[in-house]
Amino acid sequence: MPVDSCLFLVLLLPLAVFVLLGLGGKGRFVNTAGPIATIMLLVVTGLALYAAGEYFFVFGKAGGIYRPALLFSFTWLQFTPSLAINMGLLLDPVSAMMIAIISFVSLMVHLFSLGYMKGDNRQGPYYAFLSLFTFSMLGLVLSANIFQLYFFWELVGVSSYLLIGFYYQRGAAVAAAKKAFIVTRFADLGLLVGILIIAFSAGSLDFAVIISRLSDTGSSWARAASGTGFLGLSLLTWALVLVFAGGAGKSAMFPLHIWLPDAMEGPTPVSALIHAATMVVAGVFLVARLFPVFVTDVTALGLVAYTGAITAVLAAIMACVQQDIKRVLAYSTMSQIGYMMLALGVAGRGGEGLGFMAAMFHLFTHAFFKSLLFLGAGAIIHVVHSNNMQDMGGLRKQMPVTHTCFLIACLAISGIPPLAGFFSKEEILAAAWEGNRVIYCAGLLVSGFTAFYMFRLYFSIFWSKEDANHHNQPEAAVTMKLPMLILAVITVLAGFVPFSRFVTADGVSLAAHIDVIFSIAPVALACAGIGLAAYYYGRPGDRPVRAARAFGAIYRVALHKFYIDEAYLFITRAIVFKGIGRPSAWFDRKAVDGMINYTAKGIGAFSGRVKGWQSGRLQHYALYFIAGVGGLILLLWLTGLR
Amino acid sequence: MNVSFLLIVPMLTAVVVGLAANARQVKLFALAGTILQLLLVAFLVMVFLQQPGYNQPGAILFEVSYAWFAPLHINFHAGVDGFSVAMIVLTSLVVLAGVLVSWKITLLPKEFFMLLLVLSAGAYGFFISLDLFVQFFFLELAVVPKFLLIAVWGSGKKEYSAMKLALMLMAGSALVFTGLTALYFAGAPGAQSFDLVHLGQYKIPVQTQLYCFPLLFTGFGVFTAIFPFHTWVPDGHSSAPTAASMFLAGISMKLGGYGCLRVAVYLMPVAARYYSPFIVVLATIAILYGSFATMMQQDLKYMNAYSSVSHCGFVLLGIGMLTRVSLDGAVLQMLSHGLMTALFFAAIGMIYDRTHTRMLGQLGGLLRVMPFISSVFVLAGLCSLGLPGLSGFVAEMTVFMGSWPRQGTLYRVSTILACASIVVTAVYILRAVAKTVFGPQDNPVYADLGDAGWYEKVAAGLMGAGILFIGLLPFWVLRFITPETTHIIQQAGNAIPLK
Amino acid sequence: MPPVSLIHILLVSTGLFFIGMYGLFTRRNLVTVLMAVELMLNSVNINFIAFNRYLFPGRLDGVFFTLFNIAIAAAEAAVAIAIIINLYRTHRSIDVEGAQEMKY
Repeated sequence: MPVDSCLFLVLLLPLAVFVLLGLGGKGRFVNTAGPIATIMLLVVTGLALYAAGEYFFVFGKAGGIYRPALLFSFTWLQFTPSLAINMGLLLDPVSAMMIAIISFVSLMVHLFSLGYMKGDNRQGPYYAFLSLFTFSMLGLVLSANIFQLYFFWELVGVSSYLLIGFYYQRGAAVAAAKKAFIVTRFADLGLLVGILIIAFSAGSLDFAVIISRLSDTGSSWARAASGTGFLGLSLLTWALVLVFAGGAGKSAMFPLHIWLPDAMEGPTPVSALIHAATMVVAGVFLVARLFPVFVTDVTALGLVAYTGAITAVLAAIMACVQQDIKRVLAYSTMSQIGYMMLALGVAGRGGEGLGFMAAMFHLFTHAFFKSLLFLGAGAIIHVVHSNNMQDMGGLRKQMPVTHTCFLIACLAISGIPPLAGFFSKEEILAAAWEGNRVIYCAGLLVSGFTAFYMFRLYFSIFWSKEDANHHNQPEAAVTMKLPMLILAVITVLAGFVPFSRFVTADGVSLAAHIDVIFSIAPVALACAGIGLAAYYYGRPGDRPVRAARAFGAIYRVALHKFYIDEAYLFITRAIVFKGIGRPSAWFDRKAVDGMINYTAKGIGAFSGRVKGWQSGRLQHYALYFIAGVGGLILLLWLTGLR
Repeated sequence: MNVSFLLIVPMLTAVVVGLAANARQVKLFALAGTILQLLLVAFLVMVFLQQPGYNQPGAILFEVSYAWFAPLHINFHAGVDGFSVAMIVLTSLVVLAGVLVSWKITLLPKEFFMLLLVLSAGAYGFFISLDLFVQFFFLELAVVPKFLLIAVWGSGKKEYSAMKLALMLMAGSALVFTGLTALYFAGAPGAQSFDLVHLGQYKIPVQTQLYCFPLLFTGFGVFTAIFPFHTWVPDGHSSAPTAASMFLAGISMKLGGYGCLRVAVYLMPVAARYYSPFIVVLATIAILYGSFATMMQQDLKYMNAYSSVSHCGFVLLGIGMLTRVSLDGAVLQMLSHGLMTALFFAAIGMIYDRTHTRMLGQLGGLLRVMPFISSVFVLAGLCSLGLPGLSGFVAEMTVFMGSWPRQGTLYRVSTILACASIVVTAVYILRAVAKTVFGPQDNPVYADLGDAGWYEKVAAGLMGAGILFIGLLPFWVLRFITPETTHIIQQAGNAIPLK
Repeated sequence: MPPVSLIHILLVSTGLFFIGMYGLFTRRNLVTVLMAVELMLNSVNINFIAFNRYLFPGRLDGVFFTLFNIAIAAAEAAVAIAIIINLYRTHRSIDVEGAQEMKY
């Protein structure tokens, strides 16, 4: 089967499922929706893996270098002869990897949902939205045109909105969905303006042309773009900064991260798919897609690196104090994506593209262990009926499979060899060491924090209280255990994939190097974090409370998420709504409309005054008539017109 | 093919409706007439596309001309090009949907449908006229019935709104007519004409352009809610019955945009270039200020009316930027907004018919009781906030792509501010969606309300299909639009540059 | 006794005109108002005759106009009296003050 028709099916099958289930509405497909969607996705996953395999092993390589392959292109909207939205299918190492990850994780989530959503009477819409999301995300990574990417980018945002707000009768879910959409929309504004600048700087919307014209710093296009500037930065820098802002919104980078923790109001499998493995890495993907252009601009790349580092540190601190297990995972996701961003940011500054490879590698491994963690959390919530870790404890005997899988994922994310997270984290730290020592220190700090909060979570859920036995419910169904087990196996093995041979910035294979001496520091820090977590949370007691008290103000600030939400609330409520919205509405009703109404009223009042002249009395009219004639005579006489 | 059928069919339908014996016949005749009209329009599109040279800039097909008042050289001169065909398709869709959503009307149904049909005849006449005087006649024909529709079948402070709408639109028409007269007398003695084609070939002197353009543009601008003459929109729309709101927002506001582009910009390119900074500034104000005002509305119809002000700002922005792509965007936005806002008003009307309230604070959780109507509401909302795959996205992006290349700080800043409105749009749409269809449904009165009837489903389906069509196949729609916008830009290129 | 000059005649007609105008404004009985209007018309007739006699003695235009006026005045009187009679039928009065429904 040719790869291009294969990719067509990969895109169109989820769309077909969405249309089918979406038209069916709430009533039909209550019990059949899950199987239909899952079987379709199984096919999609097979095709996607096949396409990725064909790319990596058969036709992708030319002369020892992986080159992007444009498999299809269709002019969807022609603006000018050179500027057009071409809907295409672009396969390069990154997108081949991404379609494999997305379809696979989506399949796992579909499988898991079969058990998790059992009994819900809105399964039709649920699987319809999941399929729509899968379609949009696959379309996003296969985009050959920056506007096509924006097209799917927005679709991803909307399907995420629909999924977060799936429990639409819960006020919190609706508010969270709204917040997620509006915050990412705000970031998309940056992306849109960035796209406009890039489009007119490169004279094209196709990625291939943009990259070839703007990454070659000697070309006339690149010189023009980096010459003219605004506020001290060149046009190209502005474009990249704005594009990155768009990516930062989707990837929940500080300070646009506020939507991600709230987004946990959605069904847990959805969080595993969207808010762990796929949509939140769209920002990383976007930077990676335009990486050759980013490399030419030190300012933009520095911004990427520092934003990533700050997010990684802040999110790790916030994750240490959360009580809601899904929120801990959300902050951990933020922190890990910050890791990927910082790796991208330091790449190309002496790292010979090591950072790029490391970021992609971490994206790859993170997708598996983070979705595993979320699915585990889903299984736990399914049994405990609570998100709060205070309500849990001692679950290891009741849920042995979940326990094992969760432990593997925790070890992986903490970077304990030989699990997947260790390898990718090492690469990132190595890249940071080569690129920027400050960022390296931040990365090291984060790896310690990561181990601490993950094991805080682990011990609180599975150890802590010994006697807690929750509702005597059996552990999850087979459909829920199976995806967890598959993901656990992959988490163990994924680190051994010779990733640097496949996905690199320039398509040339890199030598993987794991330096044992170099690994000592992060692994030791991680072990220390685990030990600390075991000390505080391994057994029941008031140790955590005392520790919290000891930290005092720092604890409170972290618990309140650094008051960033409050700052946003102030900006939206007090400035946007009260400061701009209400005055606009008032001004419109009173001033602009008032102007119209007062014109009408003024004319009315004037008529009221003069209407008395029409008295109905004959002799008055005669008087006016004669006075008029007299006046005319006088006028003619005075002006000399006789 | 004689395009006069576009006038004759609705007029005849109105007569037949007038002769109907009972309410049931009235509805059936009106429905049959509008369906016939839609089919004829579809046939027109097919025939249009088979004509050689339909996509040549400036090509006008199916021309007919009858002397109407020979001493003043006024002819009933009609013909279509891609631009007007697109608007005619929009009109036929919205009118049919309007008839369908009015299916359950009980007060004076015969008069209601007759007025609706006369309105539609006015709109068709406006779009096919090539003689400005006749076009003005149809413009007026599309105003007067609206007064009655609102004053008789409306809700709320309907007399006030009807009066305000009629007076403001009449004031706009008065400006238009003054401008037309000036254009007429600008011609050489003996060769004076109201004919659009004739005037297009004749280079109107720059001085005449400079004082005529503001008259015509502001006059038509009132129809398309140019700031600060937009206040008839919220009051008029919110008091009007559903079908009239749909017509008002879907078609009537497009008459203004069509006139601005077809008459003002096309005939007076030099003045258009001269005044374009003003247009751009007014459009940007309308876009941003309209969307901020929308954010604070409590009444769904007010909300949609203010959002129409904001969306029509994109039409004006596209026209003001005066690039070929931005004009394409303006026309696409006219089509998109016409369908989307009509769909939105239809959904609001359906909700109001059942709950008898449009206040955000009193609604909530409707998705559970009326899933179809709620889905339509969400679809229209998503189109309004520019979801890819729906028409709003295509139109707004085309406007942005057309606006960016216009050099100059003012234009850049305006474009970025217009882009920023997509965020505000998201805020107010999601606010409305969250408060109307989502959320807990705690009002027991709403618990057993019915979902949409067949007529409402067909109406929503028609407009939803149109939205999807533009959103998914914009290249097909652009085949109609691009020749005409190219022609207008060529006209501007040929014009004498302003000293 | 000096000959009667144009100015004497004009003085008479002006007097007649203003007497008529005074009547028009002050009388409340419509018949009297009508008589006042006739006075004003006749003052104009005198003017026509006088100007004809003194300025263009060889022509008869003024005389024709006067005759025309008299005819019109007769018709006007007929119409006016018809109106007055109708007014009397509806209002039981021919007082101008009583007939002022035709106002704002």
